Amino acid sequence: MKEKPKLPIYMDYQATTPMDPGVFAAMTPYFMEKFGNPHSSGHKFGWEAESACDLAREQVAELIGATEKEIVFTSGATESNNLALKGIAKFYGDKKNHIITIVTEHKCVLDTCRHLEREGMNITYLPVQKNGLIDLAELEKAITDKTVIISVMAVNNEIGVIQPLKEIGALCRKYGVFFHTDAAQAFGKIPLDVEAMNIDLMSISGHKIYGPKGIGALYVRRKPRIRIIPMINGGGQERGFRSGTLPTPLVVGLGEAARIAKLEMEKDYNHVKTLSERLYNGIMESAKDVFLNGDKEQRYPGNLNLSFAYIEGESMIMAIKDLAVSSGSACTSSSLEPSYVLRSIGVGEELAHTSIRFGIGRFTTEEEIDYAIKLVTGSIDKLREMSPLWEMVQEGIDIEKIEWAAH
Amino acid sequence: MAYSEKVIDHYENPRNVGSFGKDDGDVGTGLVGAPACGDVMKLQIKVKDGVIQDAKFKTFGCGSAIASSSLITEMVKGKSLEDAGKIKNLEIAQELSLPPVKIHCSVLAEDAIKAAIEDYKKKHASEAA
Repeated sequence: MKEKPKLPIYMDYQATTPMDPGVFAAMTPYFMEKFGNPHSSGHKFGWEAESACDLAREQVAELIGATEKEIVFTSGATESNNLALKGIAKFYGDKKNHIITIVTEHKCVLDTCRHLEREGMNITYLPVQKNGLIDLAELEKAITDKTVIISVMAVNNEIGVIQPLKEIGALCRKYGVFFHTDAAQAFGKIPLDVEAMNIDLMSISGHKIYGPKGIGALYVRRKPRIRIIPMINGGGQERGFRSGTLPTPLVVGLGEAARIAKLEMEKDYNHVKTLSERLYNGIMESAKDVFLNGDKEQRYPGNLNLSFAYIEGESMIMAIKDLAVSSGSACTSSSLEPSYVLRSIGVGEELAHTSIRFGIGRFTTEEEIDYAIKLVTGSIDKLREMSPLWEMVQEGIDIEKIEWAAH
Repeated sequence: MAYSEKVIDHYENPRNVGSFGKDDGDVGTGLVGAPACGDVMKLQIKVKDGVIQDAKFKTFGCGSAIASSSLITEMVKGKSLEDAGKIKNLEIAQELSLPPVKIHCSVLAEDAIKAAIEDYKKKHASEAA
């Protein structure tokens, strides 16, 4: 008999991941005995910290086909996205003042764009298709002679779809436009190659790949050289792109996480894919009116975003409280607005309210998935029994045709 | 979001889930909210001699919407239509210690009972006249 898994079960791998024990072990010496400042160039304490950071830089670079000199350590993907977009806009904005991005980007890209708009940049927020992917023809049409950079994320954090990076990169090269990608959800999980994909800037996060929080990186292409204006001024560390003393333990952690991710990528991917299919099939076999959000093929399988029609997302979360998941429902956000990502892929508001994101990762087990299937399918029945919408649909009433009073 | 114990209790053990025949003469039905807003509440009352004998609900909504509807079905039982119509959302919000962002759930419950009473009265308008 299978053992009951330890509860609650963590299924929110897009929010953050538990640290890999190997990562933690690699970091610990740099808190106490190897505490040196990596920028102290006159003694052993500094040298050992510096060489640890150099190794980490190589490990990060290796994962994306870059060279170590192209890696700029930051506090995380949010800072990297800010640095990439603001840095480019500040340097090139006088001559080329147009940025193209997409409506399903993470808030830290969209909000940065809004900020740049107020500073005089022109931004195109390109819509996506119903499967969550961009239309390359539309992207090409949006490019003008004023376009300086195109910023399109690699893997979407809410629905897991993978944008066609290589094709976008080719377009960027064709028109002489820089290509930035927010790879927070992709780095270490799917193969990325800055050369093959023509990526000029890439944002990277540590804590999404079993590394520590508070560390990330920005890849900045050197050939041909990309110029960005730094946001943080100071001692000129990180080639002047990001001043401030490097947090050696965190840098080491990101490096080790990248090393493990490279080594384990195929195994991790297959593990996640098997479990994701098991969960999807397990739920779909016993429940009707459940829908997968985002493209069925072009996706990272560790992100399974499902809409459970006629069941509000927060009440589902409460019913499956042994599972740590997140929802696109308004009731789980402070704004009371349903997910803008789901809305922009054409998911109706009523279905957006019913979405749950199941995150599967390196440490998810088969027992956990089986437990999740049982819990979810049981809750579907219970909550639909309580849903007036479900009752109306069973009676043959078309709820789309009812004139609801918005409130 | 951390809910009060009372919300959790009503959510996990909802009182009076179900339906009455909406065409029955002694039943009043209130259907409020909208799927696009993330909550729809159906509240039904069974009335005899101007007094609510029984109440049932079905709710599509978050935990506090379900708890608010569950609570109001308990509150209205045994009340006259007039008294039930005077229930204010604040009583529900206070009883359940709803966080500010969830106050609208209690408003919806108040709207639902008012709508149910109105529906019942409409059915019996000719008798009263």
